[in-house]
Amino acid sequence: MTDRNMTDSQPGGTPMDEPEAADPTVDLMLDGNAAAGTLAALFGADVTVVPGKCDHCGHVHALAELDAWTRAPGSVLRCPDCHGVVLRIVETAEATYLDARGAAYLRFERRVDRA
Amino acid sequence: MARTLAWQLATVSAIRAETPTVRTFTLALPAWDGHRAGQHVDLRLTAEDGYSVERSYSIASEPERAGEIDVTVERIPDGEVSPFLHDVVVVGDQLEVRGPIGGYFVWESSMTDPLFLVAGGSGIVPLMAMVRHRARRGSGGAARLLFSSRGPDEIIYREELDRLAGAGNGFDVAYTLTRQQPPGWSGYARRIDARMLAEVLEPLGREARTYICGPTALVETAANALVQLGFPADRVRTERFGPTGT
Repeated sequence: MTDRNMTDSQPGGTPMDEPEAADPTVDLMLDGNAAAGTLAALFGADVTVVPGKCDHCGHVHALAELDAWTRAPGSVLRCPDCHGVVLRIVETAEATYLDARGAAYLRFERRVDRA
Repeated sequence: MARTLAWQLATVSAIRAETPTVRTFTLALPAWDGHRAGQHVDLRLTAEDGYSVERSYSIASEPERAGEIDVTVERIPDGEVSPFLHDVVVVGDQLEVRGPIGGYFVWESSMTDPLFLVAGGSGIVPLMAMVRHRARRGSGGAARLLFSSRGPDEIIYREELDRLAGAGNGFDVAYTLTRQQPPGWSGYARRIDARMLAEVLEPLGREARTYICGPTALVETAANALVQLGFPADRVRTERFGPTGT
């Protein structure tokens, strides 16, 4: 499991770039920006600004703000507050699977024509 | 409505060394609708046996350049993609690219509030697109960049940043070198912390729009510090580089 306190509790003092490579779980963590290409191919438009509500804790974040692991057969996006899984995306040769059980909703704003 | 994101073949038209471990690749793209500063592309390499691997690389060039983009890539010794780009790819080679990608970590010159940029290592790349975009437009509010690198030889785009900072158009840069400083170094010499952020940010005030890009630890430290300084969280946009590209 990831020990979140490693990165959360050091306002000064402790070196910032020392622990890198210590824990692959932390080391390989990116954010939803890294899944933007896969998501855009799926939705037909950029969705990283789309707010989603975590079904585990109820916090709302833009998809870009979710913690993301993308160096695997699939991508996993987790809530930065409770670390629950919000979205999972798996691409096979034939199809893309989107598991959105962890999202209570995604909010797609209706496009408003600019005056 | 933009057309569906599709892979296209880009031709490498130039390769430039930025630091001993960082190179910029200019990619000519025949079907390119332009990008926004801060966006990235996905790059796909496919082996003869069909094995393929994708990586995301931020676009370093400004949107005003048509038909081509620059991507700046740090060579990660045990990476799958960056050593190939550095050691194998030559001018004239073709690479599979799709983009532009992302709408969260973008800045446009029409945003006239003060601009505060915080970069660690190759996290400078998407911010450089913003700096170049701003310079090309010759407008916008004041802008400051706080840029953390390990040593003096690792400051990506240093010459250009210094030139833009001296151009008198409201852009300024502050460097910090975390591991090695040259004799007579007058910049910061420690990792980014709350006090440093407050000092560099001070002339911009609390209305600044902030973009932070770098390794996760730097991004979290900087973002948390800004919130503690009283910055509204929705004025701070972040993008994490993992083990910088690989």
